[in-house]
Amino acid sequence: MEAWIVIVVGVLLVLGFYLLMQRSVSRIILGLLVLSNAGNLVIFVAPGLVRAKAPIISGESLNGFLHADPLPQALILTAIVIGMGVLAFALGLVFKLIKVLGIEDVDEMRQE
Amino acid sequence: MSLSAISIDWLPIGPPVGALLTGIACLFFWNQIRLQRYLQLLGAVVHFVFSFSLVCTVNEVGPLVARLGGWAAPFGIVYVADLMSALLLLVTSILWIVIAIYNFKGGIDVHRERYAYHSLASFMIFGVSGAFVTGDIFHLYVCFEILLMASFVLMVLGNDKEQLTGALKYLVINLISSLFFVTAVGILYAQVGTLNFADLSLKLASFDVLPPSLSMVAHLLLVAFGIKAGLFPLFYWLPASYHNPPIPVSALFAGLLTKVGLYSLIRVFTFVFPHEGASTFAWIWWISVLTMIVGVIGAVSKMSIRRILSVHIVSQVGYVTLGLALKTPIALAAAFYYMVHNMFAKTNLFLISGVVESINGTDSLKQTGGIFKKHLWLSILFLISALGLAGIPPLSGFFAKLFLIKAAIAQDDFWSVAAALGVSIFTLFSMIKIWNYAFWKNPPDDLPAASPATSFARHIFTPQMISVTLLASLVLGMGIFAGPIWELSLKASHAMFDTQAYIEAVLR
Repeated sequence: MEAWIVIVVGVLLVLGFYLLMQRSVSRIILGLLVLSNAGNLVIFVAPGLVRAKAPIISGESLNGFLHADPLPQALILTAIVIGMGVLAFALGLVFKLIKVLGIEDVDEMRQE
Repeated sequence: MSLSAISIDWLPIGPPVGALLTGIACLFFWNQIRLQRYLQLLGAVVHFVFSFSLVCTVNEVGPLVARLGGWAAPFGIVYVADLMSALLLLVTSILWIVIAIYNFKGGIDVHRERYAYHSLASFMIFGVSGAFVTGDIFHLYVCFEILLMASFVLMVLGNDKEQLTGALKYLVINLISSLFFVTAVGILYAQVGTLNFADLSLKLASFDVLPPSLSMVAHLLLVAFGIKAGLFPLFYWLPASYHNPPIPVSALFAGLLTKVGLYSLIRVFTFVFPHEGASTFAWIWWISVLTMIVGVIGAVSKMSIRRILSVHIVSQVGYVTLGLALKTPIALAAAFYYMVHNMFAKTNLFLISGVVESINGTDSLKQTGGIFKKHLWLSILFLISALGLAGIPPLSGFFAKLFLIKAAIAQDDFWSVAAALGVSIFTLFSMIKIWNYAFWKNPPDDLPAASPATSFARHIFTPQMISVTLLASLVLGMGIFAGPIWELSLKASHAMFDTQAYIEAVLR
């Protein structure tokens, strides 16, 4: 299972960086979206995936059960929320660039 | 445990929470811009009071630890103020006060202020302070994102074309840096099982040589923080974006943002990954030297004050990481001293460039001039900051470079001595270039008479001039009182290498 997710992470990274290197601004944003999810998946898979109980320990049920590590889940939730916020901002920025300034291609951004 | 002991332990959350509350309070008074200005100044002063008492307390009793939510240390998030964090908070609060004063008149245009400039600046300070004071590497990531989010919006506030295009570069490169950071944190947690700095330091101390997986984490973090700090070869976003926003925003960015990256580098590579053989320090050495050289050459080639200053930030960052690469407490203390000096001097130069711009209506070197004749005091202040940056005694930069070079000589590292000295000549050259064009030469004939010469008193007692004077006196003061400040930075840097007190305070 882990191996598959690692492969997925690899594919997402390749895809994300490929999109980042495009000249179209909206593709760059899509690339960021894919990359941030690749990062989240790394956190998800890093501590290992096991079949285990939810990490809520009540009384004597500790013995004999494997409990899932709750921390990566907390981390990944945080990272997803942050990624969503940043992406919302990025979409707004791209909207401005395209609609207001008419810039769709990064080559049109040269200064000086 | 008595009540006073508890309240002292909670002191580290004061600066970040104060900044957060300031930002929220400003949101409540959306239309009262004058009130927001006062609120921001108030928040900055509160931040200063907290930070100052933190420095005093930490200097006496050692690191203070606030356990958020009351969770025991390696499990919950802790805010830890050791001497270095506390001093950086103090510097942050001083810069914030100065910029808050600067905003009172002519700092930032009203239509930007109307769109929550004051809240955003406070939120950015919240992120910066949190990053300085956190004891948990994932929380460091969260603080980075907070300050980035605020800085993204600050950067586009006003919707100029240059701002928007600069912001895209800034956004993309910073998200890539965050990706590296998150990946590193995930792998680090998988390998070590903890994210707390003290616990990490304790657990990784058993390795003589890092295993490849952890070495990879170290390099990922080097890339992540290197992007944020503006190190070679990943600095190009910085000159592309820093000069675009209005002056108070540029000054905030120049003073604080790259420094957070630097602080994180220092924290991670002295505390968590001090290992030899991981080749990270060799990388940092090369990167530092190249950063210094490339940054200063880029600065020399520019023809506007703000562009020179923005590119020049890159060069200065190299000096600080050079101190880290040398890896002795003295070198790190020199790097720290350098960082603080640079925060004052560079912010002040940005603010002065704002004053020049409001006098002459432009910051392009070719179209400006004659400041020296009309505004003697401003010229003196510029000279203090610029020569301080270049390293002329008795100003702060001289001692910063002196300490750094002494530390390099102690290591027989003559190449970095040569680089540091050579680069400072070019620094001097780039500052003199601004001086010659903007201050010394006669103004071009077609310069619109934007502001007539005013009387001395009215010239000096404007909010802009007061804040610029304050910072210049700090640059001067850091030179005159170099001894005590050096002692403090030496103590702070020893605490970074001898992590015993920190670990005991956190994991107690």
